[in-house]
Amino acid sequence: MDESLAITWRRIPERYRLEGSACSKCSSNFFPPRKLCPTCRRKGTISAKTFCGKGKIYSFTEIFSPPGGFELEAPYTIAIVQLEEGPKITAQITAPHGEIKIGDPVEMVFRKIQEDGEEGLIHYGFKFRLVK
Amino acid sequence: MVGIVGYGAYVPSFRIKPEEIAKIWGEEGERIKKGLGIQEKSVPALDEDAATMAVEAAKNALKVSGIDAQKIGAVYVGSESHPYAVKPTATMVAEAIGATPNTMAADLEFACKAGSAGIQICMGLVASNMINYGLAIGSDTSQGRPGDALEYTAGAGAAAYLIGREKSQVLAEIEATCSFTTDTPDFWRRQHAEFPTHGGRFTGVPAYFKHVMSATQMLFEKTNTRASDYDYFVFHQPNGKFPLEAAKKLGIDAAKLKQGLMTPVIGNTYSAASLIGLASVLDVAKAGQTILVTSFGSGAGSDSFALRVTDKIENRKKGIPLAHYVAQKEYLCYGLYVKHRRKLKSL
Ligand SMILES: [Zn+2]
Repeated sequence: MDESLAITWRRIPERYRLEGSACSKCSSNFFPPRKLCPTCRRKGTISAKTFCGKGKIYSFTEIFSPPGGFELEAPYTIAIVQLEEGPKITAQITAPHGEIKIGDPVEMVFRKIQEDGEEGLIHYGFKFRLVK
Repeated sequence: MVGIVGYGAYVPSFRIKPEEIAKIWGEEGERIKKGLGIQEKSVPALDEDAATMAVEAAKNALKVSGIDAQKIGAVYVGSESHPYAVKPTATMVAEAIGATPNTMAADLEFACKAGSAGIQICMGLVASNMINYGLAIGSDTSQGRPGDALEYTAGAGAAAYLIGREKSQVLAEIEATCSFTTDTPDFWRRQHAEFPTHGGRFTGVPAYFKHVMSATQMLFEKTNTRASDYDYFVFHQPNGKFPLEAAKKLGIDAAKLKQGLMTPVIGNTYSAASLIGLASVLDVAKAGQTILVTSFGSGAGSDSFALRVTDKIENRKKGIPLAHYVAQKEYLCYGLYVKHRRKLKSL
């Protein structure tokens, strides 16, 4: 199902350039961005923070039976990536499953994620590639 | 002093060899390889297009320059394979590198020379103090009709040039530029058409050679220089042969073309072709060396540039050299290539 245009548009900063948020009081980093720090609540000030895009493979798996829109890419690799700044995020890895180990260094790359059919929007965003 | 303050290239890691394509169409692979002067060509991954490759090249250019993307005043993306017919690639690229919202942006199209046209536009904006930095990108994932001669050469790649004027930042001064432009019907793609149409042999003498040679000679006259005054030449390279023939006709030593001749190993990257060639030269050039670049776009026109490398060329260490991308490769069979390029309608 196509994502609503408003949601796609709102998520462009986080999807295109890993813009999350950070709490000024306890220095916690959040991705996806949070509007309120769960620890400091109203005592902390949240501001936008762009993550550097470097991280490590925390865990990974291979997708053989993909959701609609990803059929051409299967089989592909999905991983939980721990960013250098702390947050863990789920993303597609550009390398095949067999080439990856837990702990491998990765970096963010801007790729095409999905197309809404022949005439719809093309969605772009982050994936990660192995740093060799 | 207007010139390049950052540059970067990108080539996808997939390759296909002419023999593999020739096999499908009952052609002789070896004859085609020799005839076109090409060993293999690059193929984009399924999730790569002109926008994603432009972002990769632009990020590399920013790394070399060390300049904050927020200072970029203009982003121009030249391509003949923009992902959308209507919706700019330049806005997506500007957003992805963090140059928005205080920037000019537009897409350019002029067959294989839209990227060099972008450099000229940025030069004008920077020289007139309208902006401090302008980003010009050539990026293409071009397609050849299955079985057509272009299928052997149409590759994928991108190159980005950040243009500025601070002497302390310019790594190659652009001393002069000029263009030779005519209406020449050598190659085109109509709206909604999947593949381009070309004039076969007509693409040679009246199109490529006339424009590349005229623009180059025009630049020689404008700058009062001649072939022997330059250390390197980079010409648009639709195949491995044309640039060498053009050089011969202009009395240029073929050895001066070698470093910038990338089509034999990555294919014709269209809007990126001459700009990737220039990146290859900048990756090895020494301070004080001179480079002449002439692009070519069907339809038709050529842009010539005279460059002089400065001691700031050392900044290239902060980026990723083109050779890194050229060396990273994974070969495809024709079946997977068809899937990658979505040549089957049902894909
Ligand atoms: Zn907090």
